Amino acid sequence: MPLQLADVIAPPEGIDQEYLWTLNFGPQHPATHTTLRLILTLDGETVVKAVPDIGYLHSGFEKLGEHLDYNQYVTIVDRMNYVSPVANEIAWFHSVETLLGIELTPRCKYLRTIFAELMRIHDHCLSCGAAALDLGALTAFFYLFVEREKIYDLSEAASGQRFHPSYLRLGGLLRDVDDHWVDMVRSFVKNFPKNYGDVARLLNRNRIFIERTRGIGILPKDEAINTSSSGPVARASGVVRDVRRDNPYLAYPELDFKVVCATTGDCYSRYLVRMEEMLESIKIIEQCIERLPPGPVNVDVDSKVVLPNQTSVYRSIEGLIQHFELIMSNRRWQTPVDEVYAATEAPNGELGFYIVGDGSGVAYRARTRPPSFIHFALFPRLIVGHQISDVVAVLGSLNIIAAELDR
Amino acid sequence: MTHDEVLKLLRDRFGADAITPSQFRDNQRVTIPAEYVLAVLETLKRDAGFDFLSDLSAADYLHYPNARDRFGVWYVLANTITGMRLVVKTWVNDPDPTLPSVYALWNGADWMEREVYDMYGIVFEGHPDLRRVLMPDEYTAFPLRKDYPMRGKGERHNFAVITRAES
Repeated sequence: MPLQLADVIAPPEGIDQEYLWTLNFGPQHPATHTTLRLILTLDGETVVKAVPDIGYLHSGFEKLGEHLDYNQYVTIVDRMNYVSPVANEIAWFHSVETLLGIELTPRCKYLRTIFAELMRIHDHCLSCGAAALDLGALTAFFYLFVEREKIYDLSEAASGQRFHPSYLRLGGLLRDVDDHWVDMVRSFVKNFPKNYGDVARLLNRNRIFIERTRGIGILPKDEAINTSSSGPVARASGVVRDVRRDNPYLAYPELDFKVVCATTGDCYSRYLVRMEEMLESIKIIEQCIERLPPGPVNVDVDSKVVLPNQTSVYRSIEGLIQHFELIMSNRRWQTPVDEVYAATEAPNGELGFYIVGDGSGVAYRARTRPPSFIHFALFPRLIVGHQISDVVAVLGSLNIIAAELDR
Repeated sequence: MTHDEVLKLLRDRFGADAITPSQFRDNQRVTIPAEYVLAVLETLKRDAGFDFLSDLSAADYLHYPNARDRFGVWYVLANTITGMRLVVKTWVNDPDPTLPSVYALWNGADWMEREVYDMYGIVFEGHPDLRRVLMPDEYTAFPLRKDYPMRGKGERHNFAVITRAES
C-alpha cells in the first residue's frame, strides 16, 4: 500500500510531461533557513506541483520524552521551536501540570505570561524579518534582530542562558526574577514601538514587498479550518480562534487583549497579523508587569512536586528526604494513571502536548502537536499556480521551523 | 451544544454500549470501538459542530498498567466557534492495526496519519498517500513502539555509505 517516492514526484495526470521540469529545492538552501526539502514540478517558472520531503532533522524527541522525566525533558522541548524556546516550555509544563493537577502561584502565572508574550514577539520578529529578507528587504531583518537581541538578554538575565533557557520547572520556575529584570522588561516595552514603527514604515506600504506578497498563497477560511491550521496562519484567513481566549490558561483570563484577524489569507495578511500581534503582546506585557503579584514563584514545597531550596536540603532532614525522593530515578513524582491533552497558543499556532501518565515520573507517551508540521502540509496547496520566486514568500509566511517540524 | 447533548446525540445514534464517556481534569473523552470511528467522527463534525481536528496521534500501550489493547489512537476535536474540545479515543490491535482514514473529513489529518503510520505502523485505509513522513522510506521498523529500544536496532548498518563521487 505505501507509495514510492517515484510515484509521488510523477507529474499530475493530464499534463504533458514533455516540457515540465523538476527542481530540487533544499534540504540545504539559504531560503529554507532550516533543513527541509521540496521537489517542485515546474512549467517554465510556474509551480505545477510541490512535494515536501521532510525528516532531515528528525531526532526522536518523542522517544526521548518517554525516557526523560518531566523536568529533564524541558531541555529537549527547548530545542523544538528554538526561535521561541520558552513558549515550548510553557506548553509542556501546562500539560504536565494539568496531568498532575497543580495550581500555580499567581506570581508564577504572571511571569510565565510575560515570557509567553516575549516569546511571541521573539518569534514574530524572526518570521516577519526573515520573510522580508527572503524577498530582498534586508534592513527590516536587522532592525527586528535588534529587538530579538534584547529578548535574548532578558532570557539571560532571568535564567542564565540566552538561546535555550530551560527556565521553567514543574510547579514553578528555575528561580525568581529580580527588580533589575523587571526594569529591563519595562525599558524593552517602552522602546519597542519605535523600532517596530521603523519596520512597519519600511514594509507595510512598500510597493515591492506588497506586490511580492499580496494575493500569493491564499488560504481560504474553510480550508484553513479543514486543514487544522492555527495561530497567525488561521487568523489571517479569518478563523477567529485563539487558545488564549477560547481555552484560557495562565493569567490570560484576567488580561485585556484583542485577537488579531484578517480576511484575505494571503502572505501579506499573515505578515500583517504577526505585526499587529506584536503590539497586542506589548500591551499584555505592560499589564502583567504592572500587576505582577509578590509572593513565592514555586508551589508549596509540601505538595512534593518542587525541589526544596538548598538551605533546607543541607540543614533539615525533611528537605534532604524530599530532594532524594524527587531526584532518584525509582521515586520521582506520583502521577495519575491517565492521560490528558492541554494546549497553549504558541507564536506559531496551537502547541499542545498529549501526555499519557503511567504513575511514574516519566511520561509513558509525550505527544507534541507541532504547528509547523501541520502548517507545512499546507504548502503544496498554497504554492500551486504561483511562480518559483513565490516559494520563499510562502515558506516565510508559514514560518516553518524544521526542528519542530521533524522533532 | 453542551457536552451532555453531544453524548446524548452519540448514544441515540450508536447505542449506549458503543459510547464510553470519561472525564479527566478538563478533558472530556469518548472511547469508541474502531469500527465506529469514521461514523462517529462524521456525526461529530456534521451535527455537533466539531469542525477542527486539533490532534491525531497514537500510543503503544504494550507495558501500560491494566491495558487490554495494544494501540490507542486519539482524535482531539475542537469547535472553532465555542472553543469546546472533545477527545475521541479508540483501540486497535496486532497483527494488522488498521483504521479508516479521516482524510475525507479533515484534510489536516493527512500528515498526522502519515506520522502515526510512520511511528506505529497503524495503516489508515483510504488515505491518499500513506508513506513514511519522518523516517527514510527504506526504514523497516516502527520506532515509537514500546518494543523498539531507544538506541535503535542497528539500522544504520543497513544504509550504504555514499561517497561524494557517487552522490
